[in-house]
Amino acid sequence: MQKKIKMKRRDFIQKTAASSAILALPSLPLMSFGKPDIKHLTILHTNDVHSHIDSFPADDSRNPNQGGVSRRASLIDSIRKENSNVLLLDAGDIFQGTPYFNYYGGELEFKLMSMLNYDLATMGNHDFDNGIDGFYAQLPHAKFDFVSANYDFKNTVLNEIVKPYKVFNKGGIKIGVFGLGIELEGLVDKKMYKETVYNDPVETAEEMTRILKIEEKCDLIICLSHLGYNYRNDPDKISDLTLAKKTKDIDLIIGGHTHTFLDKPTIVTNKAGAQTLVNQVGAYGINLGRIDFYFDHNKKKTHESRTIIV
Amino acid sequence: MVNLKKYTPILHYFVLILTVATFWSCAEKKLYVNKVEGKQIPVTQALATTTAIEEYIAPYREHIDADLNSILAIATENIDKKGTYQTKIGNLQSDITLASATKLFMMREKKSVDICLLNNGGIRSIINKGNVTTRTAFELMPFENSLIVAALKGEQILEMIDYLIKEKKPHPLAGLTFTIDKNDVAKNILIQKQPLDPQKTYYVATNDYLYNGGDSMNFFQKATKMYDLDYKLRNVWIDYFKAVDTIPVLTDIRIAKEN
Repeated sequence: MQKKIKMKRRDFIQKTAASSAILALPSLPLMSFGKPDIKHLTILHTNDVHSHIDSFPADDSRNPNQGGVSRRASLIDSIRKENSNVLLLDAGDIFQGTPYFNYYGGELEFKLMSMLNYDLATMGNHDFDNGIDGFYAQLPHAKFDFVSANYDFKNTVLNEIVKPYKVFNKGGIKIGVFGLGIELEGLVDKKMYKETVYNDPVETAEEMTRILKIEEKCDLIICLSHLGYNYRNDPDKISDLTLAKKTKDIDLIIGGHTHTFLDKPTIVTNKAGAQTLVNQVGAYGINLGRIDFYFDHNKKKTHESRTIIV
Repeated sequence: MVNLKKYTPILHYFVLILTVATFWSCAEKKLYVNKVEGKQIPVTQALATTTAIEEYIAPYREHIDADLNSILAIATENIDKKGTYQTKIGNLQSDITLASATKLFMMREKKSVDICLLNNGGIRSIINKGNVTTRTAFELMPFENSLIVAALKGEQILEMIDYLIKEKKPHPLAGLTFTIDKNDVAKNILIQKQPLDPQKTYYVATNDYLYNGGDSMNFFQKATKMYDLDYKLRNVWIDYFKAVDTIPVLTDIRIAKEN
């Protein structure tokens, strides 16, 4: 059907080259038939930056001269110049690790992330370090949102503020991003997280993917997770790798918590036999993760062979 | 140029169909991922700095540096981490923590604290000879752990002693002294200079990390009661540095070893 229209259109254009009817039509729908319609989305991400605003000092034993918001900003800027469809995400533990946090309680971290135009973040356990009230108090400095689907904040100050998911539209691509947090009991003092209720990440993820895929009709589903990459000594503990295996329809899991430095993103076969990408970029802003998604309308090709280059 | 006379009704009709079909097909057209590329980019010196960001951070950094560098006390020699069963820095930390805990516990519970036990691994630096600043406290204690008082029976203090003998680490310890004999058995056990009573309840100052099972100090799990003093260990250091002029050198023996 589409092919037919395409051919007829070509004939039609030839016949009415300067027709006012053509000029009056919006160019976009017609253009989309002209060449192979590939859309390009770039996901950039950090995790566990832990208040590392400055680069590590030159005499640091482990990471000399690495990281730093100012250099990260120029890197992100150069990527934005090359592709305007960018989502910049953080997988939590923004707080705690340098005196910037002890002195300003996260104010500067949020302000700088806003200057870098972060789109979204999820909450890590250390983001509760000044209590849920301390986190809430810094939110006016954040021009980006937080998502967490498995923390029920109903009886806390974050009720209706931290939502389960957010949907973005970047150049016609609909992207659904939901957040998952780690179990707080035993990790964070109850007096810090107060009445926050932790719900099962797998069940939550199933609900989220259903909503994002069916109700919100997203083209891409991303999970921003602070569950941790993998627990070798505790394989039953939920992690990004086990989450990827036990769920379907998640295209990308961006993780944190375990400060895992990976050589490359991990490809996991999910419950439906499709491929889910899991990535984490260590900690302290030493690395920026970059995942590029290329979209077209070819369903057949996609289902049979989604090319993943890592 | 187009000859408008050739613009037949059929062609005119076709424009409408085309327009509707185009919008319809685009609205319905779903996007599929056909290719994914993933990598990580190191943030290194090779990248340019961003002036606007640098300028924004500067006043925050200057304020913190000025505060961290403010001189609070003087050390006449290095207060270091050398020693098998006790160190100068461990003795100092356990003494000042025990004093702080007692002060707060007296106010809240009208009781004194008998013992302080912390962990050697929790001391992340030393006090170097010279100026002692707020930065020193951040280097000694970069973590946010807070002060806990646990109520332990004398029996658990005996478990604590067994742990210390087995661990053979200079964990900061105050209020409790004993001697390890040739057979690795404790003797001359004194708490606040009194013999240990297995049935008595002792109040032990520690941090939340150890209380919650850190460093396998499992005797804390048997605490009959726990009091969170809501006071960060770093602030114990800072408040102590503000209160004194010269840092004392504490070389007294708390755990003695017979050869």
